[in-house]
Amino acid sequence: MSDPEPPRSNHHPSPEQIAFLRQKAQHIRLETIRLIEIAKVGHYTSVFSAAEIFAALYYDVMAIRAGEPKWPERDRFLMGKGHAAVGLFPVLADFGFISRETLDGYTRLGSPLGDHPDMRKVPGVDFSSGSIGHALSNGFGMALGGRKQGLDFNVFVMLGDGEMQEGQVWEAALSAAHHKMSSLIAIVDRNGFQLDGAVDDVIGIEPLDAKWRAFGWEVHVVDGHDLAALTALLRQLKADTARDRPACVIAKTVKGKGVSYMETEPGWHLGYLAPEDAERAIAEIKSREI
Amino acid sequence: MNQPLSSKSWQYRELNRANPGLNHLSDALIALVEDGHPVIAGSADLQYSNGLARFAARYPDRFVQFGISEQHMVSAAAGLATTGMMPFVATFASFIGLLCVEQIRMDIAYCAQPVRLIGHHTGIALGFYGTSHHATEDIATMRGIADLTVVSPADGAQLAAAIKASASHDRPIYFRISRGRDPVVYDTEPTFVFGKGIEHGQGTDLTIIACGLTVHAAIEASRRLAGEGFSVGVIDMPTIKPIDRDLILEAASRSKRLMTVEEHNVIGGLGGAVAEVLADEGVGVRLKRHGIYDEYSLIAPPTHLYAHYKLDPDGVTEVARGLLTA
Repeated sequence: MSDPEPPRSNHHPSPEQIAFLRQKAQHIRLETIRLIEIAKVGHYTSVFSAAEIFAALYYDVMAIRAGEPKWPERDRFLMGKGHAAVGLFPVLADFGFISRETLDGYTRLGSPLGDHPDMRKVPGVDFSSGSIGHALSNGFGMALGGRKQGLDFNVFVMLGDGEMQEGQVWEAALSAAHHKMSSLIAIVDRNGFQLDGAVDDVIGIEPLDAKWRAFGWEVHVVDGHDLAALTALLRQLKADTARDRPACVIAKTVKGKGVSYMETEPGWHLGYLAPEDAERAIAEIKSREI
Repeated sequence: MNQPLSSKSWQYRELNRANPGLNHLSDALIALVEDGHPVIAGSADLQYSNGLARFAARYPDRFVQFGISEQHMVSAAAGLATTGMMPFVATFASFIGLLCVEQIRMDIAYCAQPVRLIGHHTGIALGFYGTSHHATEDIATMRGIADLTVVSPADGAQLAAAIKASASHDRPIYFRISRGRDPVVYDTEPTFVFGKGIEHGQGTDLTIIACGLTVHAAIEASRRLAGEGFSVGVIDMPTIKPIDRDLILEAASRSKRLMTVEEHNVIGGLGGAVAEVLADEGVGVRLKRHGIYDEYSLIAPPTHLYAHYKLDPDGVTEVARGLLTA
């Protein structure tokens, strides 16, 4: 089975759009540092690897209406790697789903915003997560519900690469392919690391593209920090009404992308930056073009 | 080898298709669809065990075959519910009530998705299929999950009534049902109200509180004991959570003794729920919790197991008589 070529033509974002998305990805990284300073612990690097994915989805690809988190025809976004929610919350605030004050109360007593996204508490969170491995099943159910009711939305599910070790992911993968769930698009944030170390050292998952392909999915591999390529690919997958199967995007990313000392140190999956170190990280994020 | 098979040979699918006891679930769901409810049913390779094949044949577009992936089915049902559908997903109680506990807690109960979970062949109904297929802990696991309603109907008619009543119940529900061969307690569909027990006579010597398949045995035991001069009432307690506290307390004030009967471990099930109410209220009535006594069931055909564990009419009568004469 050969992969369709990723599009190179009409789905490409303009230079202005790329600059806009780059600014949004930078905002997500900076807000992540600011919010984790409130909690005094957090998953910086899990957000940094996914910042371009968040930006491309929310600010370009997905159909969403600001201020209308329950719009029935919106595209859905779920995150199997719920621990990166600190990167999602600033986006939800940007869309007016939660207030700035709510955002600034991150993790404080009674806040709706914790380390993981909670649909009961946070408008704009399409499904809760925290227990790794459920999200693709949840997303499959949403896509099925949309199909059964004639609603034309896409469901984007961002998965961690460590999450590939969960058996339920592959139950969902089988099921979605069997049901030709073409509105379901999985994005694997292939940043290479999980809490205990390199994914390939903990329990290896390669060849990942071949696995998804063997499970009946259309597979694309993309540089998850290349906003032009990533956005074009996601636009094309959303626009492709001829596809007869779900699609999986393996986004090759760098855990901690944007802060040089985090990019080379896997121990940063969970941690805290003292203010002086946070300052250096902020300066680097502001000065580097990704 | 094309010799015709004996008429005494049978296949599982055909045998079950011919079992009217398995029609209650599907027929109740069909009635809900006909009433305009957005029902969607799912099964994990067991549509001939739970009878959903009948529903699937009638409404193929409203049936989802999940294959042998129970956890995926439960999580997907939660996703379906977010889009406004009313999912009923079914598999053996041993799988849904144990294997899928975390998915139920996180994706359904905590996320407040009105999914209807159906655990069938509960308790020791699967007889010699063995412990992997027995569910004598599922009330305990499901009861411990906040915001989850737990229902154990006494028979097919009450199951149908409960399924239909669930259309106006906006919370997630776990239905604990048997295998379509349960003895009849209700000749016609009884009124079903979530959280309400149903009295079958009142007694001053003893009230037996039962759920599921053991309700029939409890009623039969009360008749026999009445013949021996005892005053014995029975409460059918189909909703185990939220439990009918008022009815338990009334029984405790009326009867000298209470006895719970369930096809479940005596720890954490109906007996535990009743004991909690009595303890909370400081009621010092004698309570006997009867069921599976914290052990794994033996291998045997189901009827032999019900006799062995004293969960059939003879057994419940014997245990109750022991309590009355102690």
